[in-house]
Amino acid sequence: MMLKIKVLAKQVPDTANITGNAMKDDGTVNRAVLPTVFNPEDLNALELALSIKDNIPECEVTVITMGPPKAVEILRHSLFMGADKVYLISDRKYAGADTLATSYVLSEAIKKLGGADIVLAGRQAIDGDTAQVGPQVAEKLDFNQITYVSGVREINENSVTVERDGEYQTELIRAELPVLMTISDTVNSPRYANASKMLKYFKSNIASEIPQDELELAEKSGRIIPLITNDLLKLEPERCGLKGSPTKVYNIKSITLTGGDLQMYGAENEGIKSLIRDIMKDYVEV
Amino acid sequence: MKALVFIEKNNQTGKLRPVSLELAWKAHSLVKPFGGEVVGIFAGNELPQDNDELFSYGIDRVLYFKNPGLKDLQSTAMKHVLTGMIKKEEADIVLFGATHTGRDIAPLIASKLRTGLTADCTQLLIDDYKDKGNILFQIRPAFGGNILATIITPDNRPMMATVREGVMLLPEEAQKKPAKLEEFTMDFNNSWVKNEFLEIVPKVSKVNFDHANIIVAGGAGVGSKENFRLLEQLAFVLGGEVGASRAAVDFGFIEKDHQVGQTGSVVRPKLYIACGISGSIQHRAGMEESKKIIAINKDPNAPIFGVAHMGIVGDLNEIIPIMIKYLREE
Repeated sequence: MMLKIKVLAKQVPDTANITGNAMKDDGTVNRAVLPTVFNPEDLNALELALSIKDNIPECEVTVITMGPPKAVEILRHSLFMGADKVYLISDRKYAGADTLATSYVLSEAIKKLGGADIVLAGRQAIDGDTAQVGPQVAEKLDFNQITYVSGVREINENSVTVERDGEYQTELIRAELPVLMTISDTVNSPRYANASKMLKYFKSNIASEIPQDELELAEKSGRIIPLITNDLLKLEPERCGLKGSPTKVYNIKSITLTGGDLQMYGAENEGIKSLIRDIMKDYVEV
Repeated sequence: MKALVFIEKNNQTGKLRPVSLELAWKAHSLVKPFGGEVVGIFAGNELPQDNDELFSYGIDRVLYFKNPGLKDLQSTAMKHVLTGMIKKEEADIVLFGATHTGRDIAPLIASKLRTGLTADCTQLLIDDYKDKGNILFQIRPAFGGNILATIITPDNRPMMATVREGVMLLPEEAQKKPAKLEEFTMDFNNSWVKNEFLEIVPKVSKVNFDHANIIVAGGAGVGSKENFRLLEQLAFVLGGEVGASRAAVDFGFIEKDHQVGQTGSVVRPKLYIACGISGSIQHRAGMEESKKIIAINKDPNAPIFGVAHMGIVGDLNEIIPIMIKYLREE
């Protein structure tokens, strides 16, 4: 029996390294100059999928992402790490989707691509930090879910036994397949890209981005990344993209520093002494 | 206008989580001007021991459902029960704590009801919107805390949001009201319980930010695990807790439990001493509401000085021992 594992991944702006020049003059974030990265915990999800395949060879690891054509970068990296198949879901009709509309498209794509025994996703993405898409895909697929997976004990053809971070407690949970799990960065360390796979796939892309005269060769060598559009999925447009999103962005403000009443003290004995006095004065009053 | 609040207890202590009270009070202040009602919804095996507290913080009524199958709050079962409650109550607003439990269950319910869910809101208010009348404006940080987005759910009901613990404030004085409990009835299907809990191990956390008046926090600038002991000493002398930035945790100077910031705890102590913390926006999101902030940093241009009230530019390894010395003298 072939175990089908689908990994949901997202390309995100590298929010951990936002600097001053990433802000536009009007104070908003300039997405265009921000470097993008493979959402870190999605890499942990992919690593888990690949490690399952290391143990169970009759396993197929498929990585799916939804995003603009540039998002093939993370699919290419998935191939370098050892994914069997990758798919880019991209369609203007899907743009501007909130978590509900995103999970609708992703769950329909999973069904279209032959379903799954295990669906894995990162615990949350670093751009929105919502942690909602994973559970909402589970709901739409009618899958059982385990969120906040913090460790893995055993995964076999029938069941998973994993640790879940229950905030005040660690829960050891066993569940039958099929199941969707969201994976934390404590589960594993993602493997490096494999050099021979890098050589094989470094030019892989969606067909429309490959020069006409190279298409035939690209196809023969398996370097074409399949593109999924609504022509294939045939979803109700009212449930996709901005239209299908019940939440709307009303406005966006950039955060500026407040403060202004900063009192500085010297780093020598006298300065520190007066700092302590001022703290104590305040603190006694409180 | 009717607001529902998901009532959550700490599974280890059996008592209400503070976020349930914080959301109850928030919901109260949101809907009372419109003559609305605030209903707590609880699903589990046993009501929280201190359930009556809810009625001191703005809850008008608690709708509850008890079943042994809900002992471990499994998401699929919780989804079915809570969705049933929300439908029965015809709620306009549903609030969840952005806890691991809340974030496990709320997205399932929003998906099932095909409505909007806004995560980790830091402000909620009700205002008039076009021809939609009064709706919920949900303000949340995004992009790693670099922007504040106001999100609305104009066309779908209920309007759902999650809020992290410690973000909404409780009133200075509670107003005691009589408890009003109502049992919710529905057929519980045991096949909803899909996960087998083999073992539950309580976490031993030494960190308790809930009631900490003083937090001494360290960042990458602390330099080493050994240097962090200085911060622990300072916290000990002041009777406070030790916090850390994500960088300090990533460098392995201290355990993740201590992390303050967007991916750690949100804290609001009377005094926050930031040592060797540059003050990334993610960190500031977790501490800038502190009453008094002291920044100690080698770099006079560190962003932390932008939110600090008192500052010293210099080497914390020299400054902190002197602070400890003077504090002992005081």
